[in-house]
Amino acid sequence: MFDDKIAKAQRPVAIKVEGLRKSFGSHEVLKGVSLTARTGDVVAIIGGSGSGKSTMLRCINFLETPSGGLIEIGGEAVAMNATGAPTDRRQLERLRQSLGMVFQSFNLWTHMTVLENLIEVPVHVLKTPRAQAIETARALLARVGLAEKENAYPAFMSGGQQQRAAIARALAIGPKAMLFDEPTSALDPELVGEVLAVIRALADEGRTMILVTHEMKFAREVADHVIYLHNGVIEEEGPPSAVFGAPQSARLKQFLSSVG
Amino acid sequence: MADGSALSASLDLLAYSPPGWGANLLRGLGNTVLIALGAYGVGMFLGTLGAFGKLYGGPLMRDLLGLYTTMVRAIPELVLILILYFAVTDLVNQALLAMGYDRIQISGVAAGIMVLGVVQGAYATEVLRGAIQSVPAGQIEAARAMGMSPLLVARRITLPLMLPAAIPGMANLWMIVTKDTALLAVVGFNELVQESRQAAGTTKAFFTFFMAAGVLFLCMSLVSNQIFARIEAWANKGNKRGGI
Ligand SMILES: Nc1ncnc2c1ncn2[C@@H]1O[C@H](COP(=O)(O)OP(=O)(O)OP(=O)(O)O)[C@@H](O)[C@H]1O
Ligand SMILES: [Mg+2]
Repeated sequence: MFDDKIAKAQRPVAIKVEGLRKSFGSHEVLKGVSLTARTGDVVAIIGGSGSGKSTMLRCINFLETPSGGLIEIGGEAVAMNATGAPTDRRQLERLRQSLGMVFQSFNLWTHMTVLENLIEVPVHVLKTPRAQAIETARALLARVGLAEKENAYPAFMSGGQQQRAAIARALAIGPKAMLFDEPTSALDPELVGEVLAVIRALADEGRTMILVTHEMKFAREVADHVIYLHNGVIEEEGPPSAVFGAPQSARLKQFLSSVG
Repeated sequence: MADGSALSASLDLLAYSPPGWGANLLRGLGNTVLIALGAYGVGMFLGTLGAFGKLYGGPLMRDLLGLYTTMVRAIPELVLILILYFAVTDLVNQALLAMGYDRIQISGVAAGIMVLGVVQGAYATEVLRGAIQSVPAGQIEAARAMGMSPLLVARRITLPLMLPAAIPGMANLWMIVTKDTALLAVVGFNELVQESRQAAGTTKAFFTFFMAAGVLFLCMSLVSNQIFARIEAWANKGNKRGGI
């Protein structure tokens, strides 16, 4: 929905990744990858299993410590030393508070009700008054269709409900951007639709998001920009019409035909 | 009737006010509970620090904690109590004398709590370390990803999530510490067993007093079981089938 090139160039950069490298021991998983997401962009990362998609996403909020490169969030570079380790814990925590992360396995806190999950960070980290946090949380739960579930514990909900609650929890911190790591891969097929509908609605309202996904059809529909990762390098990238409609590299062609 | 008079004689011996020994026994029970609670608290505190230290500390801290838990768990408690009680008080006093201060008399309660607390801390370190490792990594990651500080993550996420796995082991440790208080009799501390022994020695009614002590320990354990069952149910409120 932000096809207008001029308007696009004027929107501020929300997330910028430059020359990101990451090794686990001697295994180099990311070999210098870059990405720019402007406010309102939906960037989809696709690629085969083990290509480094999750690692790339997780380096953005330093759940994985990069081995080198540059990460900027809201125009602010994350302070890191030569080995990629963050050097300013408080800065990192502050920047993380502007990124809502959604995991493949939901990761709701199982000792808290859904509502408690949603107000945890607003109340204890962001110091939002409790009543206000609850009000926001209820509105978000209504948006994701879980108004009736606020007092339920996660273990007693379906995977689709848990993932929608997890998305609401990420939204509850008022993030500037959302990071999704295969949000539907752990779901039974019949529950995928309800979660994708929520993510699509977020895309439609102009949320900045970076989305790692195996749902090619969905990526094609919601993304403004698609990145194809292979063996830790960006093999090909561009608008979905180009990446899916007219792939250039043999690898991408093969990948797209293999995932149907 | 012989049986009846023996029973009434026993009850007379256990009466609260002299010549009955009930007050002494209850005072012993009070000391036992006090020391057990204190040592348990110290143990839980040391255990929490020890567990996080072993899991997240540097190499030196891990080695030191390893030394602590290995030594305490290898040496019989009785020996540890003698070492810690006599050797440590002696060391403290020698240090005080060397610095020109007077000897101090370390109170039995404080020493008992300290000694048993150090022992409990070693076992609690292992119980809690295992429990922390049972917490799904994803839930901790979710907290870090949203900008929670490490301390807040520990307090709000890791500690409550590890409770279901920690409670059975911690309940065991409580049972052990209530009984370990009896070992303090060797350093002359007037807990329940020592009081019973004194009463028995004076009256020669060994059976009566040791039975009474046994029954009191049993009651303590029954009450504790009830309390732990409630805590366990509460800690598992988010889990299906009340277990992990
Ligand atoms: N913590 C880790 N330690 C060692 N190796 C790791 C670790 N995490 C990931 N890797 C390795 O890094 C490579 C990339 O993993 P990553 O999870 O980023 O792949 P992915 O593209 O997300 O794959 P998938 O589609 O299966 O989720 C893989 O070879 C994986 O084995
Ligand atoms: Mg992955």
